[in-house]
Amino acid sequence: MKSLQALAQNGGGDNLILQTTIRLTVPFIQLFGLYVIVHGHYSPGGGFQGGVLLGAAFILIALGYDLPTSKRYFPVRTNAILANSGALIFAGIATLCALLGGYFLDYSILTRLLPIDPIEWRSLGIFLVEVGVGLGVMCIMLSLYWDMASGGQMEEGL
Amino acid sequence: MESMLGVVVAKYNYWLYVVLMMIGFYAMIGKRNLVKKLLGMNIFQTAIILFFVSMGAKRGGGIPILDKEAALAGAVKVAEVVNPLPHVLMLTAIVVSVSVTGVALAVLQRIYKEYGTLEEDEILDKIGRS
Amino acid sequence: MKTLALLATILTGAILLYGTADFAPWGDPESPPNRHLSTYYIEQAVKETHVPNLVTALLGDYRGYDTMFELVVIYCAGMGVIAVLRRSDS
Repeated sequence: MKSLQALAQNGGGDNLILQTTIRLTVPFIQLFGLYVIVHGHYSPGGGFQGGVLLGAAFILIALGYDLPTSKRYFPVRTNAILANSGALIFAGIATLCALLGGYFLDYSILTRLLPIDPIEWRSLGIFLVEVGVGLGVMCIMLSLYWDMASGGQMEEGL
Repeated sequence: MESMLGVVVAKYNYWLYVVLMMIGFYAMIGKRNLVKKLLGMNIFQTAIILFFVSMGAKRGGGIPILDKEAALAGAVKVAEVVNPLPHVLMLTAIVVSVSVTGVALAVLQRIYKEYGTLEEDEILDKIGRS
Repeated sequence: MKTLALLATILTGAILLYGTADFAPWGDPESPPNRHLSTYYIEQAVKETHVPNLVTALLGDYRGYDTMFELVVIYCAGMGVIAVLRRSDS
């Protein structure tokens, strides 16, 4: 690991082909991640899988360039806020169902907020929850990579 | 002998998972390197995940994504769709396995920084409890 | 030590292999795991949630409590790694 870090410090890790490829492919990876999250009702996918894909896009930036570059695209503070809000979206929707008079996590009671069919609300509630899962998983994956690759220094990645 | 062969052919998947699980188990208890122990635990978890998913399999069953109109009309045959419940449980297990691996690797990095080694014997020597 | 580990491994493996004799054959639609709860899910989940993907419907709705704490587990893992490793001022 030390020699890889030394290589990265000397600029030996920079590679034009690699960086151009990553710059071109990252938007498509993110688009595919969003597709996997929002299309989870009709095809294989869901919050966890899409979240891991979105996190992998940022990890790819951190691998191909260096760790400060990925921190510039996705700051540490934003990462912490989004990770917390991802978990809070899930718990918040669950608690909202309980506060509106239904069971914990019974989405059909949300029809009191917006009067559409309760069964449609169950479908929509699953989607909202998946968004929260996707956000949380994306941020935690990226944060795990940051800490592992730099040994906690958050400066020089692999 | 004939019946023995029949048993093995009908349940070869369980035999494969037991072998995989025992590879992981041996790595967990027999190896002295902490990273190898972690890899063994991952192999163990993979064997359990495969075991659960194979329990939900049905011969000739399709994927658990139904045609919405047919399902609303009640025209879905249970025997033609694989059991979705093990898939859901194993999705949970995969996520837990990722979390456990992440935390374990972080702790291993700290141990390496502290003691300069990942061999169990040397760490015990340095702590003074060999 | 290694022989002891090998011995324990072989013993456990033999017990597990002996235990597989009671399992249902592979791909049996009538095996106990396939008969109990999943038949209800396969027949009713789409009617009750309007989600064709049964895995998503189960994950998000019927087993939402499970999934919520699954997210809490991965969140705690992230926080744990930050607590153990991170040494930066930001």
